[in-house]
This record gives sequence, C-alpha cells and structure tokens, in this order.
Amino acid sequence: MSRKRPQEEYNSSLAYRFRRWMNGEKDPFVGTLEMKPPAPLEDPEQIYEPSDYEEIKKKSREYSCNERLKTYSKVYIAVSILICLLLIMILVYAVSYLPSVGGESNPTNNEVPERYITEGLQETGAVNIVTGVILNYRSFDTFGEVTVLFIATCCVMILIMVENEEKRKKLKLDDYGLEPLYDTVLRKVAKIVCPVIFLFGIYIILNGHLSPGGGFSGGAVIGAGLILYAASFGFKSTQRFFNEKIYVIVKVTALLMYGLIALYFFLTGANGLEHIFPLGVPGDILSGGIILPINICVGTEVACTIYAFYALFRRGGL
Amino acid sequence: MTVITWILLVFLVICAAAVSFHKNILNSILIFMAYSLIMSVIWMMMESPDLAITEAAVGAGVTSLLFFVTLKKIQRISSEDEDEKETGE
Repeated sequence: MSRKRPQEEYNSSLAYRFRRWMNGEKDPFVGTLEMKPPAPLEDPEQIYEPSDYEEIKKKSREYSCNERLKTYSKVYIAVSILICLLLIMILVYAVSYLPSVGGESNPTNNEVPERYITEGLQETGAVNIVTGVILNYRSFDTFGEVTVLFIATCCVMILIMVENEEKRKKLKLDDYGLEPLYDTVLRKVAKIVCPVIFLFGIYIILNGHLSPGGGFSGGAVIGAGLILYAASFGFKSTQRFFNEKIYVIVKVTALLMYGLIALYFFLTGANGLEHIFPLGVPGDILSGGIILPINICVGTEVACTIYAFYALFRRGGL
Repeated sequence: MTVITWILLVFLVICAAAVSFHKNILNSILIFMAYSLIMSVIWMMMESPDLAITEAAVGAGVTSLLFFVTLKKIQRISSEDEDEKETGE
C-alpha cells in the first residue's frame, strides 16, 4: 500500500488501521471493548460441607454470633446520622446568606432582566417573556439541552437496544404477556383521554410564545400521551404510525432544523431572519419570529425522547 | 408566604424523607410521585407555570413510569407476578 515505507512497518501504523477501518475490513473495537463475564467464582460449597455452608450462611448475619457486625452497624448508623446533620447544617447556613426573594437590592436585579422586561416584546415578539428569553436570547443554551437529550437517547439505544425483531422474541424482552393488554377500562379511558392529551400538548407547543409552556413541557405531555397509548393498545398499534424508521427521521430532522435555524440566526447577528420568520403582531399565533419553529423542533425532540425511553426499557426496541 | 405554602413545604420535606425511609420500593416511588405533584403546585404558587407543567408531566408522570418499568424488569414489583408467569407459560 505504501511506497516509502516497508510493508511490515506500514501494517502497524495508525494510517493503515484507519484505512482498513474506512474500508470496513475490520472494526478496531470488536473484541476489545465488550464486557466479558467474570470468571466463575470458586464454589464455596465445595470447601465446606453443604450443611455447614447453610449454617454459616444463616448465622453470618446474626448479631449474637458476629460481634464485629454489631459494632459496625452501630457505628455506621451513628456516622451516617452525623454526616447528614452536618450536611443539613452547611446547606441551611449557606441558604441563610441568600438574598430575599424579589428584593430590590438583589444582585440579579441588574440591567439584564430590565432589558428583557422592557424591550423583550419588541425584540422577540413573544408575549410570554420566559419563552422569549429561553428560545431567542438564549437559544444557544437550549440547543445544547436538546443535543443532550439526543445524546441521552443514543446512549440508551447503545446500551439496551436489540435490533432484530426475532432476537427480541427469543430473549422474551416483551413482557406484555403478564399484563391486561385487553383491559376494557384502560382501553375505553385511553380512547377518550389520549386525543385530549395530544391536543393539549400541541396547544402548549404552538402557544409557547403566548401562554405558559413551550417545547419542553408540550413535548413531555405528548410523550406521556404516547406512553399511555402504547400501554393500553400495545406496541403493534403505535408501530403503525411511529416505528424505528420514522423515529430516526423525525428526531434527526428536528435537531438539524433547530441547528440550521440557530446557526443562521447567530451568523446574521440575530437580525437576518425577519424576512423568513417575521415578528408579526404580538399575540397572534404566527408571530414571535424563530420561536414558533424552534418550539416545534424542541417539542418533537422531547416527545420522541420520552417515548423512546419507555419503548426501549419495555421491549428493547422501538 | 401564605399558610398553604407553608403546609405544602412541610409536606414536601415529609415526602422527601419518607421516600428514603420506606421499606417497599413501590411505595417509595408513589411517594416520590406525590413529591413531584406538591412541587408542581409550589412552582405554580411561585408564579412559574412553565416549570409547573413540566414538573407535573416529567416528574410525576414519566419518571415514575420509567421507575415502574424498571422495577417490573427486575421483578421487584410484586411476588404475584412471578406466580402468574410460572403458571401462564
């Protein structure tokens, strides 16, 4: 492969391994990263007689036979109470130095919140100042939070996802057999409540810049509704509209959309989006500049995350 | 600070302590759920409804649900389930 170095030296170099990894010939992590089960412990029953072993096991936790355990447990309780009290004292002492809520001379009472309160409406177009601050002035922070959610789901997927449907059946991850899947009460209630929950979640997301709420709370409500639907009607019925393929598309699209909007927003000095997302009349649904599209992105991301956690915990796949 | 806020704060402390002192894990999770509900009411009283909605949905709903699912996975939720499993399969 290499013209300047001899073949053996090249074989052990980083570039050669990288090239093989690029071509898909060898995964450098296979066999090195996986956890191996620990070597089986030596069976204690072989050292003692089985009856002796049972006797030892029975008496090892008894205080009358084990003097050291007795003193240890007493010291343990005393020290834990002491540490707890110490911690409480330190925290209460620290809290007593905090300024009172809403005081005039508080250090938070500087020019930043004053600007948010007086000019937030003109600059962001959001009636709900909290959403205006979170998604307009500090949209970069919120982007980080959404990325954290994305990475968290990826980690859970790496840890407990089983890709193949047949493998899942073989491992018996789906423990629905023990549950009243066709429970009439649950189904009837879910049939009535689920649409209301979804509508409420969508309302919270779309009205994030007008009333309390926003992407995170609305997404959590929609995710909870999805969980209720999946719990009462089974995963087969949720897979009709929300399977793994759709999940990946929706999740990645939401994050990318947010990333693109935020990137453009920052590159143009927070001024360039007015002709795409006009600020509009404060109080209208279609107002608030970038807040509404970002709210929708965050909402879908959070709903996907919550439902994915439930589904992955439940059956090891979406 | 009204009287109701004080009552709620006392309940909050009691719930937080009870979570760790209860022997049954299932009951601990239920108390934790109550803790989140009280917290969401307190958020509402502190005039931050945004947080109240999130706390009610995530703290009281989704987190407890994930705890329940985990308990079921490690078969700590009740002993009756295991009997059903043995007879059912």
